Amino acid sequence: MKTKNIMIVGVGGQGSVLASKLLGHLLTSRGYDVKVSEVHGMSQRGGSVVTYVRYGDKVYSPIIDRGSADFIVSFEMLEAARWIEYLSSDGQIVTSTQQIDPMPVLTGAMNYPENLLAEIKKTGVKADALDCLKLAEQAGSSKAVNLVLLGRLSNYFTDIPLEAWYEAIDSCVPKKFLELNRKAFNLGRNA
Amino acid sequence: MKQLMQGNTAAARGLYEAGCCVASSYPGTPSTEITEEAAKYDAVYCEWAPNEKVAMETAFGASLAGKRSFCGMKHVGLNVAADPLFTVSYTGINAGMVICVADDAGMHSSQNEQDSRHYARAAKLPMLEPSDSQEALEFFRKAYDISEEFDAPVIVKMCTRVAHSQSLVETGERVEIPSKPYEKNISKYVMMPGNAIKRHPIVEERMKRLADFSETSDLNRIDKGDENSVGIITSSTCYQYVKEACGDKYPVLKLGMIWPMPDKKIREFADSVNRLIIVEELDGFIEEHCLTLGLKCEGKSLFGCLGELSQNIIAEKLGMNTPSGVKLDGSVKIPARPPMMCAGCPHRGLFFTLNQAKCTVLGDIGCYTLGAVAPLSAMEMTLCMGASVSALHGFSKAGGKNAVAVIGDSTFMHSGMTGLANIAYNQSKSTVIILDNSITGMTGHQQNPTTGYNIKGDPAGKIDLESLCRAMGFKRVRVVDPYNLKECADVLREEMEADESSVIISRRPCALLKYVKHNPPLKVDNEKCRSCKSCMKIGCPALSMKDGKAHVDETLCVGCGVCEQLCRFGAFKGGK
Repeated sequence: MKTKNIMIVGVGGQGSVLASKLLGHLLTSRGYDVKVSEVHGMSQRGGSVVTYVRYGDKVYSPIIDRGSADFIVSFEMLEAARWIEYLSSDGQIVTSTQQIDPMPVLTGAMNYPENLLAEIKKTGVKADALDCLKLAEQAGSSKAVNLVLLGRLSNYFTDIPLEAWYEAIDSCVPKKFLELNRKAFNLGRNA
Repeated sequence: MKQLMQGNTAAARGLYEAGCCVASSYPGTPSTEITEEAAKYDAVYCEWAPNEKVAMETAFGASLAGKRSFCGMKHVGLNVAADPLFTVSYTGINAGMVICVADDAGMHSSQNEQDSRHYARAAKLPMLEPSDSQEALEFFRKAYDISEEFDAPVIVKMCTRVAHSQSLVETGERVEIPSKPYEKNISKYVMMPGNAIKRHPIVEERMKRLADFSETSDLNRIDKGDENSVGIITSSTCYQYVKEACGDKYPVLKLGMIWPMPDKKIREFADSVNRLIIVEELDGFIEEHCLTLGLKCEGKSLFGCLGELSQNIIAEKLGMNTPSGVKLDGSVKIPARPPMMCAGCPHRGLFFTLNQAKCTVLGDIGCYTLGAVAPLSAMEMTLCMGASVSALHGFSKAGGKNAVAVIGDSTFMHSGMTGLANIAYNQSKSTVIILDNSITGMTGHQQNPTTGYNIKGDPAGKIDLESLCRAMGFKRVRVVDPYNLKECADVLREEMEADESSVIISRRPCALLKYVKHNPPLKVDNEKCRSCKSCMKIGCPALSMKDGKAHVDETLCVGCGVCEQLCRFGAFKGGK
């Protein structure tokens, strides 16, 4: 099979590390060759962060290049827009509608762009947007946005049974947060 | 079963499996996790050293005593450790010694993007370069065998994309290597001229034998191609980009041993293809070597020497089509999202104080380098670890006025102390501010000599900063709480006005540390807020203007209360 590309984008500290860990575990357990690439250090401090997840029969490069992502999973609207060039023309965006002001907006030097979702849809790409923060809080913690997003994403993986996702959650999440995370996953999946 | 493993974790597994017993490192992105992961194996003694030079000398001492040893660092750390590096090449080792250096092309978290491969050539040492996690594990194992066979430390060079990417790894078992008893050998280990003169030819002879090894080693291999119109020589993560872009179309000579290079193998490969292309990030290290062999090749003329490469860049330069990607309407302006200090970061209050005092701030390496970013904009120089303190001394001696140095606790222990000794000794009127957040923050919370804990989190020796500064001769040593703006401003003014050198310790633990208890988030009373935006001057990510009034993001605010102190109208409530 052709290598599939999933990009996870967001703001440093939003929980993309667990999301990529879970996807990596899931795809490895399905027998794929998998590569996951993250960047650590300074950019993590509230900056724009991106994680690449690639899987297939044989994966070489650890990174995803422009125009090649099958999915962009985004924790934040501005980040979905920022990385859109990386999406393939028939790719799918799955995004939280949360908006976090970056420093140039906080200082008043720039405005947070208006109607970003509409602008994204204007390009012709498929975008699935939902209020993941609200659903995460409904599940019991604002930190569970990552699982809400993965739940939403799971709808697009028709060849991976629900049990495999659950197994990946069980393997990657500490026991005491298991129920919360499963709940968040289901809320995202069924919203 | 194969496991998905980060390159650094695989490297740690490799040194564990190779029977390494002692590891000493200084944290630095992207190398940090190697030693952190190695510390999870009880069979490997691991520690954070105060700096990379100390780490390398510690690893050498362990090798001398007969145990396989390791030290790891980022590219700029190898500059710090360059002194022992060049001479340990002369002495050689007793038990196997491996040095890992991790480069950061693209400068994801670094102050430059130097190419560490030059060190292998300059110090006349073998260097291996893995291209994924499985190779990281295997190359570490092989490095120890090469080290002992050739009586030389071996450098393993990682890069951000190998260090911080995860790929599938098959692990092996640890081999227990019997200790090699230390034997007194003055002519080998005492590098004074009379002995070193005799060691140099041994080094040169060793490089010849290593070059022969490089010719026949499976570290350097050829992937066959479907056609020979082009042949590619590459290494490290670039190998993965080449295979992604070209598949099996062109033959590829993949160099796992980047120094010394296999000249004969390179010549034969070059002869077998019509057009020789070298794909490597940063400098033309392989390319220049090919040119010295008299081979016609292309490399930097195609790819340049800036930043990281990728599969698309390689495909484009080889004349293949690449997808253009989706574009938003040109009218949509996407603001940048640079990194910034976290909500509740103890550095914020201190940098606000410096901003208000209009000091010239000579800075250093750490999270607090973000003090240079607007709106604080309170740092005017950052060079390397420790440079703030030494440069302030020079600045003062040259008549520079109204300047201070800021340096973190870990960076101070790394190489700020020696600069401070110079101020104490040569008597410049300088004020040094140590930002003591009780941890090495930027690299992800590593302990250091001032925290009282070791790499495993167990109690350890603790250096008292106040006593240390006083012992150096500083009479004026003050401690301030950076959450208290008035105290910071008062103490800063007093110390800068004083007629002698001083040290201010700005002390509060990093807000991200698990043990730190936070206050409840603040709230804004919209009736009282006059929209003056005074609170926005501190650049806190939890603060924004909503409908003309200050607004606190309760999910981010940790109730530090710095913004509250800036409000003349008492609009903030709650918190402590």
